Amino acid sequence: MSGIKVANVSKRFGDVKALKNVSIEFRESKIYGLLGRNGAGKTTLLNIITGKTFADEGNVSLDGEIIAENDKALSKLYMVSEKNYYPEGMKVSDAFRWTKEFYPGFDTERAVKLSREFGLDIESKIKSLSTGYSSIFKMITALSVNVPYVLLDEPVLGLDANHRDLFYRILIEQYAENPATFIISTHLIDEVSAIVEEVVIIRDGEIIRNESRESLLSKYYCVSGRISDVDGYISGKRVLACETLGGLKTAYIEGIPDNEAISSNLEIAKIDLQKLFIQLTNSQGGIK
Amino acid sequence: MKVNFEDERPIFIQIAEQIEDAILSGAFPEESQIPSTTEISVSFKINPATALKGINILVDNGIVYKKRGIGMFVSTGAVEILREKRKKEFYDKYILKLATEAKRLNLSKDDIIAMIERGFEK
Repeated sequence: MSGIKVANVSKRFGDVKALKNVSIEFRESKIYGLLGRNGAGKTTLLNIITGKTFADEGNVSLDGEIIAENDKALSKLYMVSEKNYYPEGMKVSDAFRWTKEFYPGFDTERAVKLSREFGLDIESKIKSLSTGYSSIFKMITALSVNVPYVLLDEPVLGLDANHRDLFYRILIEQYAENPATFIISTHLIDEVSAIVEEVVIIRDGEIIRNESRESLLSKYYCVSGRISDVDGYISGKRVLACETLGGLKTAYIEGIPDNEAISSNLEIAKIDLQKLFIQLTNSQGGIK
Repeated sequence: MKVNFEDERPIFIQIAEQIEDAILSGAFPEESQIPSTTEISVSFKINPATALKGINILVDNGIVYKKRGIGMFVSTGAVEILREKRKKEFYDKYILKLATEAKRLNLSKDDIIAMIERGFEK
């Protein structure tokens, strides 16, 4: 079977349980948004998938083969992370050459072309790049590597709005022409909301949501109106959180709006992905 | 009150509507080629599967058709189909909303009719 399968993976760092018995599948040729607050376990999960860290329990398989110490399986994966693994003094052009050694499908021509589009000088030393250009360099590599599974951990960190825009366009173009599985972990949820097809939300080392964006968003709505009207309406309903502003109240609800809401004085609206994420992962609130 | 997901409808429906608007305005004439799924998804920054879903609505309604290996084209008669469809939607989409808001503001039917006349003179 195809795809990445994470089975019952747990990981501890000292007293901290970074991942608690996580099981999840990432299917072929889909774009995933891996969302979680800082410290939720996103990077640990990605590191375990790509063999950079070992799981204490459980395993990860790719296209049916266990990944750990399996070069063939690992060669189908490429991960971009915040950390820089390149040696001191290495130039961008050298890095492209070395990447080609390890990933024969690497399209050097495309990498050079993208570097030009982003204004990245390939003769610069990697260590001397600014945060933004360091992200650009890593992302260009990821978009040229031509493997079936690409994991992007905070790919747009430090990028200005123009470069982020360019990145999303190139990502979509690449995906449309040459579909691969992309797992994107990011805090800029609004920006990727329309790009991702599947949403995975991780909280305190556990996967709390894993479904298509469309289906996830169809399960929640918010109502607002006078406090007394809203309070009357929400009793007995699954409420994620409430906000009040003067005499007005907004409640975030799990479920589908019913006729009662339609006929009342309440305003009903959908919740966008970022708002929903905030409600689901706030430390005080949220239905597990 | 009425549930109004009008402005928050799924993206694929909005994509279908944007293309319909372009066809109605003459930006995409009948028998001309419309942008590809890739072009649409790149320019709107949406998942290509979503763009495809939007285009498929138009295919199902006979607004556009596929020429194999070339791309998607606007059907002959698409403008007429769209006009008829939009006319049917006009009451639900505009008149009902207008009446609701008018009642909230205590505007009478005559006030509204006068405003409509003013609008048409422009």
